[in-house]
Amino acid sequence: MDHQLTAWLLAAAQTLAFIFAAPLLAGWVKRIKCHTQNRAAPVLWQPYRDLAKLLRKDMVLAENASWLFRATPYIVFAAILIAAAAIPLVAVDLPTAAIADVIVVVGFFALARFFTALAGLDIGTAFGGMGSSREMMVAALAEPAMLMAVFTLSMTANSTNLSTAVDYVLHAGLVLRPSFLFALLALAMVAVAETGRIPVDNPATHLELTMLHEAMILEYSGRHLALIEWASQIKLMIYAVLIANLFWPWGIAREFTAEALAIGTFAIATKLALLAVILVVWETVLAKMRLFRVPQFLGFAFLLALLGMLTYVVLETGG
Amino acid sequence: MFPISVHIRTHFALVSALALAYVAVLATVLSGAASAAFNPKRRYARNISFALLGSAGVAATIAGGWTLLADVTVTDELPLGLPWLKWHVRLDALSGFFYILVGLVVLATSLYGPSYVREHERAPRPVTVLHLATGVFIGGMLLVLIADDALSFMIAWELMSVSSYLLVTFQHEHAANRRAGFLYLLMAHVGALAILLAFGVLAAFGGGFTFEQMRAAELTPLWATLAFAFALAGFGTKAGIVPLHAWLPEAHPAAPSHISALMSGVMLKVAIYGFIRFVWGLIAKVYWPWGLLLLVIGATTALTGVLYAMQQNDLKRLLAYSSIENVGIIFIGLGLSLIFLGTGHTLLGTLGLVAALYHTLNHALFKGLLFLGAGAVLYRTHERDLEHMGGLIRRMPGTAALFLVGCIAISALPPFNGFVSEWLTFQTALQAPVLEGGIESAILRSLIPLAAAVLALTGALAAACFVKAYGVAFLGRARTRHVARAREVPAGMLAGMGILAGACLLLGVFPTPVIEAMAPLTQLLVHEQLPLATSQGWLWLTPISPRVASYSAPFVVLAIALVFAIGYVALKRRAKPARRGPAWDCGFGALTTRMQYTSTAFSMPIRRVFAPAWKIEEHVEIVPAPGPIPRVKTIRHRLQVHDWSWLKGYLPIGRLVLAAARRIGAIQAGSIHTYLVYSFVTLLLFLWIIS
Repeated sequence: MDHQLTAWLLAAAQTLAFIFAAPLLAGWVKRIKCHTQNRAAPVLWQPYRDLAKLLRKDMVLAENASWLFRATPYIVFAAILIAAAAIPLVAVDLPTAAIADVIVVVGFFALARFFTALAGLDIGTAFGGMGSSREMMVAALAEPAMLMAVFTLSMTANSTNLSTAVDYVLHAGLVLRPSFLFALLALAMVAVAETGRIPVDNPATHLELTMLHEAMILEYSGRHLALIEWASQIKLMIYAVLIANLFWPWGIAREFTAEALAIGTFAIATKLALLAVILVVWETVLAKMRLFRVPQFLGFAFLLALLGMLTYVVLETGG
Repeated sequence: MFPISVHIRTHFALVSALALAYVAVLATVLSGAASAAFNPKRRYARNISFALLGSAGVAATIAGGWTLLADVTVTDELPLGLPWLKWHVRLDALSGFFYILVGLVVLATSLYGPSYVREHERAPRPVTVLHLATGVFIGGMLLVLIADDALSFMIAWELMSVSSYLLVTFQHEHAANRRAGFLYLLMAHVGALAILLAFGVLAAFGGGFTFEQMRAAELTPLWATLAFAFALAGFGTKAGIVPLHAWLPEAHPAAPSHISALMSGVMLKVAIYGFIRFVWGLIAKVYWPWGLLLLVIGATTALTGVLYAMQQNDLKRLLAYSSIENVGIIFIGLGLSLIFLGTGHTLLGTLGLVAALYHTLNHALFKGLLFLGAGAVLYRTHERDLEHMGGLIRRMPGTAALFLVGCIAISALPPFNGFVSEWLTFQTALQAPVLEGGIESAILRSLIPLAAAVLALTGALAAACFVKAYGVAFLGRARTRHVARAREVPAGMLAGMGILAGACLLLGVFPTPVIEAMAPLTQLLVHEQLPLATSQGWLWLTPISPRVASYSAPFVVLAIALVFAIGYVALKRRAKPARRGPAWDCGFGALTTRMQYTSTAFSMPIRRVFAPAWKIEEHVEIVPAPGPIPRVKTIRHRLQVHDWSWLKGYLPIGRLVLAAARRIGAIQAGSIHTYLVYSFVTLLLFLWIIS
């Protein structure tokens, strides 16, 4: 019983860590991006300041905004939060991981996107509609690729449970599986598309022709905007943690001792910092794509994921 | 002492469950008769009619629930039909499950109907036909579900088909409806013929028309496959599998909306019932290649359905195509079930069947809800075209909220019911690696993940499709004046939709008790249950084992509620009320409603990505302004999306039939002498044969 209680407390702490570390990761990405591009960088905790500022500010709602528009930021935040709770960050075998498996996590991303897209249409401006339409097109191609990539892992581990999958990889040791390589590449490409990074979308732009995500949330302000921005920072972190912990889980805490947890925290922090560097290099050397090149990019990701899965079922199982 | 009381209770249950089923059928017929007996345009006649229909729904739900929960099978013989061919009736767990499904949607429809049909009473058409046909239609479906021999099954099936033809052509002043009705009747009978042949094979081997005798039939693999193929063609036509589906998006939207809800929500499910009853219930031994066929058909159907749904601008047509998509998802589950059953993995075969049945129930609920919602919009705005709608969330808040529930559920988003059944289907598909052995299992192992990929793509596209439908119809600003003046529908209509929306939420949040209740059903069909699926208590759903996958919808809902509460307390309470201001117009002056994204515009990126899936005709008409300077006065954009199966399948076959008829028509010379020669030659021929 005591063990159970510790586990639940730890799960809650991990979810809180997810929420409060996400802006830090975003700040880190922004900072090294500025450094690589020879620009003056903001301080590391600038995202916290931005969020605090937005939360304090008064809101302006469009005249014909409906209840759906007002409810969306909360729904989006809740959906992303539940997804975050299910992901092993510092420790495995936490009870929250059993509540939602990886399909549920993808489902909650889809729920968040569904409501964001609806909110984009709610005001009745051309921008919102454009953003929603494009976002749903990107999502329609990215979501199956993501599912296929994680299915490769779940088939290997015979579990869609993320914690179990991580456990499995830890037990199997360092084996080079071609299927994992394909899945990793596919997942990385999907992550870029889903978190609105270059070359699919540009998080820093407000130029109408290139906007996807920003176009949908153009009408938000104040605390609503804060919640949405925060949720997208958490989403970025979720994808980073997924990639880090599914493919290189080493270092993650498997028992709930202070020492193991400290190592786990340090390990994930290092992994995320390194992944952020890779993301920055990727975003710096690539240019944003034309919208209708994106389907090819995602189609390639889907193909890679499918190849990974077929590699697994044909080469690595059965006889 | 104890066994006796159990025996008595069971006996009591036997009598009552079937009696209730009879009551339900009788009530539907009476509901039609009531409308014929009284003046149908009077309010009391309408209310009596729908009250009887509602009680039929309640009786059917209770009868079904009783059968399923008490796990009883009860048979009976009715002295109907020919003197030596009595009707055999049987109410078992499978029938019971479908009785619940039919009952719930009929109940919702009966609450919705009284206000909705009032509009049709002002039209010159006889409303009695509508009530009569509705009663016979529902009664026919209820009879199909309890028929226990081929004869009564076919009679009930035809009652259902013909009465629904009358409903499709009810608004017969539109030529399109008459055409849709004819196509529907034609396809219904082609399908019925295939079903008859399928029963014929089993009856020949079993030595009789009752299902009991058919179950005992020992078939060679070839004959079994033939019977399976006929059943697939017959029931598949009714269910709308690709490429036989082209009649469905014509016929379902043509009927009045509460009938559309019944046709898409319930009648398709009766076809699924027939297929499950035939393949799982009557054919004793199944083979995995059948499953592979179903898997391929299901994946094709799902993807085609959703791609076409995405491109529709007519709300009811969009919903009809989306029904095709969902039938595809059900068939994917059924295919997985057959593959695993045929290769000896009974537990996984059971899981596939449960996933398919769960989705069948779910689709009945949310598609019923969405069609009723589309009907509510039609009732107040007289508009089915999405391009003319907009902003209805402010004019019809209740309808908008309920329709949103349907949209979330059908897009397979947690925590609603559509997600649970797709999750179960995914879990079944992910067990593909258990298939071990030769080259055929290698093929299966690689094709099943492909089907899962298609399912994932379908789900994502369905979400895009329903964002479009909801966003264009209910959000934004009204695009036409009559839509801007719409009012909320009467309480009865809201209540009908509310029941279905509530059921969608309940089935999404508490899937474990539902799957537990389905145990007698799977026990009956495949002699297996899912003991581990519900082993962790009602909070947890663990279809294979807790290690493999788990999902706890109640916890998820609790978490959402918590975040909402915390968010409200932390952010909302102390904040100033939000200021309202005009939307950002880029500094160019006021926005008009025509600047909004339209339905055609919204689906354009997907139209471009998947271009070969449709035959697209796009016309851009540019009207130049008069005068020496070339200026454009108006631009008109028209888009038509044609169905390939119609162009490449139905039309050529139709032309072939007509050409053949013309050839045969040559013998009709119009001269009595020629006809006398025909008769004489025929007579000689017969004499020669019998001599």
